[in-house]
Amino acid sequence: MKAVVTVIGKDSVGIIAEVSAECAKHNANIVDITQSVLKDYFAMIMLVEIEKMETEFSVFQKELSILGERKGLDIRAMHEDIFNSMHRI
Amino acid sequence: MLNINDILETVNMIKQENLDIRTVTMGISLFDCISDDQKRLEQKIYDKITTSAKNLVPVANELEATYGIPIINKRVSVTPLSLVGASCDSEGFVRLAGVLERAANEVGINFIGGFGALVQKGMTKGSKNLIEAIPEALSTTTKVCSSVNVASTKAGINMDAVKRMGEIMKETAYLTRDRDSIGCAKLVVFANIPEDNPFMAGAIHGIGEPDTVINVGVSGPGVVASAIKREGYCDFSQLADVIKKTAFKITRVGQLIAYEASKRLNTPYGIIDLSLAPTPAVGDSVARILENMGLERCGTHGTTAALAMLNDAVKKGGVMASSHVGGLSGAFIPVSEDAGMIEAAEMGALSIEKLEAMTAVCSVGLDMIAVPGDTSAATLSGIIADEIAIGVVNNKTTAVRLIPVHGKGVGESVEFGGLLGHAPIMKLSDYSSEEFINRGGRIPAPIHSLKN
Repeated sequence: MKAVVTVIGKDSVGIIAEVSAECAKHNANIVDITQSVLKDYFAMIMLVEIEKMETEFSVFQKELSILGERKGLDIRAMHEDIFNSMHRI
Repeated sequence: MLNINDILETVNMIKQENLDIRTVTMGISLFDCISDDQKRLEQKIYDKITTSAKNLVPVANELEATYGIPIINKRVSVTPLSLVGASCDSEGFVRLAGVLERAANEVGINFIGGFGALVQKGMTKGSKNLIEAIPEALSTTTKVCSSVNVASTKAGINMDAVKRMGEIMKETAYLTRDRDSIGCAKLVVFANIPEDNPFMAGAIHGIGEPDTVINVGVSGPGVVASAIKREGYCDFSQLADVIKKTAFKITRVGQLIAYEASKRLNTPYGIIDLSLAPTPAVGDSVARILENMGLERCGTHGTTAALAMLNDAVKKGGVMASSHVGGLSGAFIPVSEDAGMIEAAEMGALSIEKLEAMTAVCSVGLDMIAVPGDTSAATLSGIIADEIAIGVVNNKTTAVRLIPVHGKGVGESVEFGGLLGHAPIMKLSDYSSEEFINRGGRIPAPIHSLKN
């Protein structure tokens, strides 16, 4: 089971490091990562394995969003199936 | 891996364009609760609902978190109570409404539908007693919704019921006069009522449905409006295509939630309702879609055509995305619940006559329209009769949810709050329908050949 972590907002130093650290803390394995920076606008997408996570998914989501608020970013973790159903036939 | 643009598109739909699941509704049959003992009937209904829907809210909350999509309402619909409580008197039905309210509070849902009757051809004693109980039932509860089916394409229109429902609306408005007649927002009169509709106030659990079922209503007018805006100038073929693709994506989310909810609740999946349901929030309006198509204001000439195309394209996109489609399935045009409609009505661009024309090409009918408090019951019945006739002749569902706001008149407005929004009081015709409505009897079912 995988989740997609999206990080959207203004670029700054250390975003990837902090989000990765949060994933590691919860034992969520990052399997893929893509990012693009358009002017100052930063968008990063991580695919993380959540099966072996040691905390509840909702806790992981909440902590990511708290991290986002601190950094002025929109950070969300959503089950990959919502994207699969929407964009794949 | 998934395409980065696709992922960002989904996140943007939820974050900026108000994409949500409007409702996960559990239909519950109450046939096995029937008893000739009022106390026993009440206990059985309470137990059946609180047992069947025990996990509905926790599961919906869980899905909301997992998939990151808001599920705005969790609701329950039950077998029309006129059938379950056929031997009750009016007082008994008011008590049953209280039971529904208590059960709804116990399981934590937003609304419960099914305090209703099917009287398209005539009224049983039970139906009559239930209808008489509606004003008191709606004024003493907050979550109970009531619907009465007064006509069908096969049976014609029960004009006695139409007449009575005009009066019932007035009484309900009067009994809830301290809250701007809000009781009427929970009362809807139908033609060709669907048996699997997840939306309120008209949700019932039909007689051909399984014991329990999960129906899901999607939303997303904001997503469609933005997609049209992004596309810019294009012809109608291309426009229809943009709407279809967007509706497909919206519906797929509904399908995913319906499938997962059904699995986790161990309840069969019924249908997805493909309705574009607006909210009063900015950017969640069906009127704005029509305006983005090129109309200066919703309600101007061309609005009916624009809505017809929108409704058809939404269905075409949605059908492909879902295994079972049903309910009302079409764009909703509830005036008080749609920021663009409110604005158009306030500036006089949108009249009740135009709204009536619009309902001929979309679901569901004259919805959430505030009218003067001194409107006569016969005029309300006249409006109901007109709208119901559109449904009966065109073989579609239509409905009427009017709020004759006690003590208020044209030029004033009314604030319901929350999803129900606010609305200006609309002007109606000054001429009487009294003699016509007083005739009583039935308007015969329409012919289905010689179509023109």
